Amino acid sequence: MTQTVLLVGTRKGCFMLTSDGDRRDWEISGPFCEGWPIYHAVHDPDSGALYAAAASEWHGAGVWRSNNLGESWELSSEGLAYTDEGLKLSKISGLTVMPGRLLAGVEPAGVFESRDGGVSWSLLTMLDGQPGRGDWNDPANQPPGHLGLPAILPDPDEASHFWAVVQGVGIFETADDGASWTPRNRGLRADWPREHEEIGFCVHKLVMSPADHQRLYQQNHCGMHRSDDGGHSWSEITEGLPSDFGFAAAAHPHDRDTFYVIPLDPGHGRAMPDGHASVWRTRDAGGTWQRLDRGLPQHDAHLGVLREGLAIDGLDVPGLYFGTSTGQVFASNDEGESWSEIASYLPGISSVEVAVIA
Amino acid sequence: MADVYLPSTLTPLFRDLPRRVEVEAATVNDAIERLDERWPGLRDRLCDPGPALRSHINVYVDQERAGLETPLDAHSRVDVIAAISGG
Repeated sequence: MTQTVLLVGTRKGCFMLTSDGDRRDWEISGPFCEGWPIYHAVHDPDSGALYAAAASEWHGAGVWRSNNLGESWELSSEGLAYTDEGLKLSKISGLTVMPGRLLAGVEPAGVFESRDGGVSWSLLTMLDGQPGRGDWNDPANQPPGHLGLPAILPDPDEASHFWAVVQGVGIFETADDGASWTPRNRGLRADWPREHEEIGFCVHKLVMSPADHQRLYQQNHCGMHRSDDGGHSWSEITEGLPSDFGFAAAAHPHDRDTFYVIPLDPGHGRAMPDGHASVWRTRDAGGTWQRLDRGLPQHDAHLGVLREGLAIDGLDVPGLYFGTSTGQVFASNDEGESWSEIASYLPGISSVEVAVIA
Repeated sequence: MADVYLPSTLTPLFRDLPRRVEVEAATVNDAIERLDERWPGLRDRLCDPGPALRSHINVYVDQERAGLETPLDAHSRVDVIAAISGG
């Protein structure tokens, strides 16, 4: 029987929400990972392993792993350290499962790699030589909650080809497994002065259409953007949304033109505008947008959703899931047309990922 | 043998790690090395690569605030404390 599993990373541990293929009734289990703050938890469909990126205020950063769908967990940080004197790895911000390996994006900005299922790690790249690189890891340049290199987007067609997001700097592409990089920010908007032409953009979430691997979408600090050429150029598609700001985004698994975002108030409240909870969808690649709010609270719902807080599954009629900074999880089993609250009282949520297990 | 008392946040991370462990060690650093030999990875939970104690880990030897180089004798009591925090 098909199992649908949500991995929910929170400020106080990892949780799992489990359902069947109908995705109506959910069971909550957890907290796992000893209550450590979890920035991102993922599932490896090949091995079945679960991984959770963590950073404890007391005991440092590491990656938890479970080989039995959450029954037991082990922690490792072997090799997860910079050898540069003075550069201290503070957190594992994002995890990316790729064939035969796991990549971790960390703060200060860099990518570590594990080829033994998260037991040991080695530094793959710090993007040396890129414009502005010398300033990226200066604490004086970092905002509160800095994530360093929070995300890696893999190319499903080519294992050594991927994109990395450096917070507050932009997107970089490598086609040789991190040996060389090219900034891919042309056409993006930044509402602040920039010292380098090619960088200085605040990319919050980068996703690829599973139906067209040249089609990328991003929620940026300054607007929604689309690329039809693998990130070589970007066009803004914000018009029709209630805000140009947000963190989370998801691409439809079967339709290259359908894409979801959760706009937020751009001030430091960073909650859904007017207390009206909504997910927004485009079905024409950003030409027009529809508000999806059936079943979501429409008054006094000052909900925030972070960059890894929205997930979509790959079933024929895809399900969507988002987790809030105040511990609610909302789910839709009909492509976002209707929603229900499936968890109400979790700790503040950093990430939601979904795994469909046959 | 020095007596090392460990914080409750540490013991769930390592199989069969007790709150109190006896070790033969000349310094706090040596004591942590001995613990890491028996429970690999434990050093990383207490120390930065510096090496230095993590900023919210405090060590006391016989009730006195200590560092990695603080000497131990055969009867030292070592308390490893995870700093109290709110939230």
